[in-house]
Amino acid sequence: MSGADDPTPNKPDPGSTHRDTRGKNADRSGMPGPAPEDRPHPEGRRNSQGIRIDPAVEAEHQPRRATISALVEDEPGVLSRVSGLVSRRQFNIESLTVGPTTVEGHSRITMVVEESDPGIDQIEKQLAKLKPVISVGELHDDAVSAELVLLKVRGDEPDKVHAITEMYDGQTLDAGPRTITVQLTGDERKIDDAIDAFEQFGIIEIARTGQTALSRGDTQTVPGEEPGTSGEPTSHATGSGETTQQPYRDP
Amino acid sequence: MTTRDEPTDHDETADATGSADDEESTRTAPTDAMTETATGADATTDDGAAEAPATDGGTAAAETDAGAEEATEAAGTRTPTTGAESVIAALEAAGAETAFGVQGGAIMPVYDALYASSVHHVTMAHEQGAAHAADAYGVVSGETGVCLATSGPGATNLVTGIADASMDSDALLALTGQVPTELVGNDAFQETDTIGVTAPITKHNYFASGTDTVGDTVGEAFAYAETGRPGPTLVDLPKDVTLGETDQTPKPPEPPAGAEVDPEAEPDAVERAARVIEESERPLCLFGGGVIKSGASDQARRFARDHGIPVTTTMPGIGSFPEDDPLALSWAGMHGTGYANMAITHTDCLIAVGTRFDDRLTGGIETFAPEAEVIHIDIDPAEISKNVHADHPLIGDAGTVLEQLLAAVDDGPDAEAWREQCADWKEEYPMTYAMPEDEPLKPQFVVEAFDEATGDDAIVTTGVGQHQMWAAQFWTYTEPRTWVSSHGLGTMGYGVPAAVGARLAADNAGETDRDVVCFDGDGSFLMTIQELSVAVREDLDITFAVLNNEYIGMVRQWQDAFFEGRHMASEYEWMPEFDKLAEAFGAKGWAVSEYDAVADTIEAALAYDGPSVIDFRIDPAENVYPMVPSGGANGKFALSEEQL
Repeated sequence: MSGADDPTPNKPDPGSTHRDTRGKNADRSGMPGPAPEDRPHPEGRRNSQGIRIDPAVEAEHQPRRATISALVEDEPGVLSRVSGLVSRRQFNIESLTVGPTTVEGHSRITMVVEESDPGIDQIEKQLAKLKPVISVGELHDDAVSAELVLLKVRGDEPDKVHAITEMYDGQTLDAGPRTITVQLTGDERKIDDAIDAFEQFGIIEIARTGQTALSRGDTQTVPGEEPGTSGEPTSHATGSGETTQQPYRDP
Repeated sequence: MTTRDEPTDHDETADATGSADDEESTRTAPTDAMTETATGADATTDDGAAEAPATDGGTAAAETDAGAEEATEAAGTRTPTTGAESVIAALEAAGAETAFGVQGGAIMPVYDALYASSVHHVTMAHEQGAAHAADAYGVVSGETGVCLATSGPGATNLVTGIADASMDSDALLALTGQVPTELVGNDAFQETDTIGVTAPITKHNYFASGTDTVGDTVGEAFAYAETGRPGPTLVDLPKDVTLGETDQTPKPPEPPAGAEVDPEAEPDAVERAARVIEESERPLCLFGGGVIKSGASDQARRFARDHGIPVTTTMPGIGSFPEDDPLALSWAGMHGTGYANMAITHTDCLIAVGTRFDDRLTGGIETFAPEAEVIHIDIDPAEISKNVHADHPLIGDAGTVLEQLLAAVDDGPDAEAWREQCADWKEEYPMTYAMPEDEPLKPQFVVEAFDEATGDDAIVTTGVGQHQMWAAQFWTYTEPRTWVSSHGLGTMGYGVPAAVGARLAADNAGETDRDVVCFDGDGSFLMTIQELSVAVREDLDITFAVLNNEYIGMVRQWQDAFFEGRHMASEYEWMPEFDKLAEAFGAKGWAVSEYDAVADTIEAALAYDGPSVIDFRIDPAENVYPMVPSGGANGKFALSEEQL
């Protein structure tokens, strides 16, 4: 109880113009009714994700990795709209790749995120609300995925570098007296292993693209592409089939 | 005309200026057409849109071929000759009657095209006021509000209003001027990356890239703002695009492909939800702003009454259900009624319609309706389980889904005991206040006196703070679209421009005898007081009630409760005399500090045909209760400071 007459040690000297309002309401009126501790309160609770806690299964969803694929209209600013959404809603994102598709003017964005199930659900729904987003979905665990890495290592032991590059089905892009730059592709684990293996030479620089992925087999990744038939070029004639090697402009 | 002196490199300026001058004689033609559409009581805007271009096309084919552009204009047709005219043609086709804005360099071509338009333009004192006025216009009329501003500071001044509309899901179209395309990115005079700045606070924003398509873009942006879950859109209009020549008549306004939402929820899900409702013992409706936006108040009322289910609303949902109904528990949340917060804490089946479970409503999520199965009706799938997990999501239009539920629920829940419990809570936690003789005028008394003096259809706008809460708590709202406030963003200064927009929306609908009352705080009022000049200039019948405690009162209340009474930057040592300030603006002004004078002054102010301001000198120590502290449990609302 902090009535107006009670000493309040931390309160500064009000001065002549200062009106003391503190506690006035409590002293004078307040509203009628039982105090909070005199009211009935329910036993139930929700967790921090807003899910009613079932005493039998009192579990919060733990974060997990998920790969989300979206087809978007390749219009100016689309990448900033997507990345802006991800950052302002505080979604944990590990990588994001962008590249052209079978449809002229459409791009595919592949995102790897680390979120709980409700968070992943939110990312998909919020992305779907963006006007340039045509379709969006999460990929199954069995999806095929790959990323590309460029590794620049010290060139002191070219034969050994070459051997390890071969071992990981990589290519040497540039070899000089002091540095060797190799290109490796594969899923994340393979790339991680390869980087470990190259560390013995001294890695100078790394450029990784982040994962890009498609669903396995006949399953459509997300709706919106225009499947070609054999011998027919797709409407977008460029696509390298590899990860995002096309320069992507986003004014 | 003097504003056309601005130096420009664009040859088109001369043409644009010339054609606008020529059109002066033809100004009545489009106005008549608009009046015709507006007076046909149920004439939809679609009809108007369909007719206008047809007429245009015919005349244009006959006369433009002859190469006589002036002749075409003299005939009163609307084939655009510039991008700017195309912008205005799109607004007209969309049925926009009123637009709010402020002139400026980069938007001048658009204003020039407005010169001969049927769209009534209201010049505001500040762009923020334009955005809020357009927002409130949309809230009251149910249509997309339109605001205009120039590039740079004009656009950035709109930002607060756009963000406000975004948080409250209000349909708003902002048109901003932009520097000529070739200068974009060069830090040109009055250049701002308006698209970048407004991307997070719009449903979508458009950079107009071509003179031939700019009209279509504006039409799409207008339609998109009110499609599905409403929200603000923006079109950034580079000056070369609006000055450029075109003969393209904009297509009828249509939302982008794929934007339309299926209004019906999945029937199986509706059936499952219906069973949950039937079997519940303590069902509770929670009507949000989405009920009002969907025009679903009728369905909402029928649903609750048919099944005897008590009703709380959110703050934006105020008016969706009449607060004088026996089932009504008024609004829940931080400063909601004790009985609404008790009901929401103890319900076992929460039927939430058109709400996004804002933290000011839920308090701490762990203790929000902790024993309720949640049925969540919303048009935006992203709101499902965003904050509160929905056991039964029903995605669709509020009115349509409520109809589905009405059909699916056979025997209403047996909730007699629960209704009695809710009634008991209403008695236990009455919304009252004390009026000791030795204390100054109580703000709650002022709100009640206004409610008494006005009809059920009176429109209330507010700023943000203590006065807003009292206006929400102590006025009994019975109709949708009568409560116009800034909820999600909490924008101090919303009230005055919102009253301007609300008044014009009512007047446009022929409802000139509806009262518009703006409750404002002294702090809030000072933030946008310049818009009083607009109310005077446009001769708008608005009564501004300033609940003046010479504080940023809500901050002062929190400082007393949580910062040991240190009134840092919340106390005004001096405030202008608002009654005299009102008179200086050309409005009528009164100052009231005694109970005796309240009713008579209100009567005089309401009777005055024009803007009037009453400066109520209220008790500076008065606080807003009940109060659920931030993150607290709704059921543990405090009734006084000592309970916090």
